Amino acid sequence: MADIAVAPRAKPQFREASAWDQLKHNRNWLGLWFMLPAMGFLIFFLAYPLGLGIWLSFTDTRIGRVGHFVATENYEWLWDDAIFWLSVFNTLLYTFLASAIKFAIGLYLALLLNENMPFKAMLRAMVLIPFIVPTVLSALAFWWIFDSQFSIISWSLKHLGLISQNINFLGDTTWARICVIFANIWRGVPFVAITLLAGLQTVSPSLYEAATLDGATRWQNFRYITYPLLTPIIAVVMTFSVLFTFTDFQLIWAMTRGGPVNATHLMATLSYQRAIIAGQLGEGAAISSAMIPFLLAAIMVSWFGLQRRKWQQGESND
Amino acid sequence: MHDFTRRALLQGGTALAATGALTGPALFEFAKAWAQESPWKPEAGAKLTVMRWKRFVPAEDEAFNAIVAAFKTATGVEMNVFSESFEDVQPKASVAANTGSGLDLAWGLHTLPQLFPTKVLKMNDVADYLGKKYGGWTDAAAKTCKLGNDWLGIPVATNGGYMTYRKSATDKAGFKEFPKDFPSFLEMCKALKANNTPAGFALGHASGDANGWLHWLLWGHGAYTVDQNDKVIINSPETAKALEYCKALSETFIPGTPSWNDSSNNKAYLAGELYCTLNGISIYVAAKTDPTKKELTADTYHALHPVGPVGKPTELQLAVPILAFNFTKYPNAAKAFVAFMLEKENFDKWLDGAQGYLTQTLNAYENAPVWSADPKNAVFAQASKRTLPASGIGTPGEKAATAIADFIVVDMFANYCTGSKDAKGAMAEAERQLKRIYR
Repeated sequence: MADIAVAPRAKPQFREASAWDQLKHNRNWLGLWFMLPAMGFLIFFLAYPLGLGIWLSFTDTRIGRVGHFVATENYEWLWDDAIFWLSVFNTLLYTFLASAIKFAIGLYLALLLNENMPFKAMLRAMVLIPFIVPTVLSALAFWWIFDSQFSIISWSLKHLGLISQNINFLGDTTWARICVIFANIWRGVPFVAITLLAGLQTVSPSLYEAATLDGATRWQNFRYITYPLLTPIIAVVMTFSVLFTFTDFQLIWAMTRGGPVNATHLMATLSYQRAIIAGQLGEGAAISSAMIPFLLAAIMVSWFGLQRRKWQQGESND
Repeated sequence: MHDFTRRALLQGGTALAATGALTGPALFEFAKAWAQESPWKPEAGAKLTVMRWKRFVPAEDEAFNAIVAAFKTATGVEMNVFSESFEDVQPKASVAANTGSGLDLAWGLHTLPQLFPTKVLKMNDVADYLGKKYGGWTDAAAKTCKLGNDWLGIPVATNGGYMTYRKSATDKAGFKEFPKDFPSFLEMCKALKANNTPAGFALGHASGDANGWLHWLLWGHGAYTVDQNDKVIINSPETAKALEYCKALSETFIPGTPSWNDSSNNKAYLAGELYCTLNGISIYVAAKTDPTKKELTADTYHALHPVGPVGKPTELQLAVPILAFNFTKYPNAAKAFVAFMLEKENFDKWLDGAQGYLTQTLNAYENAPVWSADPKNAVFAQASKRTLPASGIGTPGEKAATAIADFIVVDMFANYCTGSKDAKGAMAEAERQLKRIYR
């Protein structure tokens, strides 16, 4: 038998996977690639402005001029600034009162609109009206309504013989605070009401049927079914409501510009006045940065409140 | 067809040019001639974006638009002009200055160019050209725009604010002539209140009106925010006297003045609820153009500010300077436009359109036809000459501009008048803020 010369089989050419191949095909790296656009977006549009704002607060930057690092000088100045502390007080008062009242009215409206009633769709649409009017327009309307000379409220009360002089709505410090809080409530109630209504609609009617068969009253239905199931959405809604109210600017600026005698200056409006109107960017940034701890606290309360609700993962509450 | 030669137009040789009232085709002819002779040749393809304050007198806006149209036609420079409210001009100009883009020219108020001196185009040649041609600049106008020997902008005009009052009310109060000093002015306001025809002056964050009348009161008592060396001197016996006087005066006011912005007194006066206030001529112009307000128009008069214990005028009138940013791609076009705005053939017509709302800062325009067209306009002709710069006796600049913009003097008076703070507290707060700015 003739020897058959067997030609040695050519070894398959294996190429070591390059780092680039690994980056292309490794699932973990691929995940990173997909995340990069979102990360870039967040860094560029959210983290960078925040970081820049905080950096500016440690400088003496003025409009149109690069500043120098002044460490905590801006904060030390603000610490002894009576107008700054007045704005902190105003902001907390404004946020607390407006948010609490918006929640109460919003919850009441949501419960009402969740019932079967005639013209339900129309009523739901009407509740949204304050929300669809541009903020500045509604602020101007309130400015007129509460005008010291031309208020429709003063005019009506005078013609009814209930008052003899115009009420000094925006010229008196207490009245001015009440007026801006009222305007904020009017503007913010639809957000709370409609969001809570959406939450209410996710509650299964069978729960109410079962509870009713067991003899539960309407209050017990609310206390033991509606409220617990609505809690997560209340936490989210109130977090957003507090954040929006705390950082409100347009209503105040259009109605009072922080007056009279700074009685309605919020931290946001004071920051704008100092940074943009008066040109002191560093100081304005410090006022804005001073809002961050308050805002973080509001988020944390909501976050940990939600975390504690283990039933969301199928466990009972703590 | 108009047949104007370039030389005739430039020398004012025609009847129209002599009155400075060029309109329509004549204005275009003049503009063409001017463009050929102009020391500033706009860059090829130049395009200027101009931000200005929103007009209060429509005819002024029309006159301004006519100037823009003539310049555009004569030079080929594309013009994009937009308006912002008084309060919004400065923030938007600041943003442009900070980002280095968006605007070529900004026309705002007070000491706008001094807020960002490193970002403006020096206008020395334009100021020199106009000053030599038109009898020089008024003192306050020059101080408002100059930093050392450099012109940071051109003081286009002053928006004069004077006493606007109902003669029937002041007559009834026993003052046949408008008071000329502080004590009699206070007595008149007391009498106006007693007759239920009250006076009222803004004590809110009103950039023009509140800053205007409160600085007048402060300076009239010999008190200033800073001295000639920019040392803060607000906490003084003179300031205390000014506060006392202001409080006494504010007790005679119509309720609500702490909430007033710049438009509030206009509304109240035109509604027949206010009988004496400090304002530009816009109240009178609005009344004149409203057929239902003939009686109010006839009864409305203007007067100079009464003089305080210091014995000389201490007014703060609102300067309205224009600036070009140094990042503009078309500096020659920008300079040419500013110079063109203030040429007699344009400016007289413009002043006429403003009907007294704008006052010249170049001395040659003192006899502009608008000041004699209606005797009630005449008072406003003096605004640029009588005013102090916004810094008072201190150095005009970004510090003074910051103090004005941050309402430090306004808040000091408002704090005391509303009872929010006592005199010492109000002065101490203002002093602290001023020391921060002038550190």
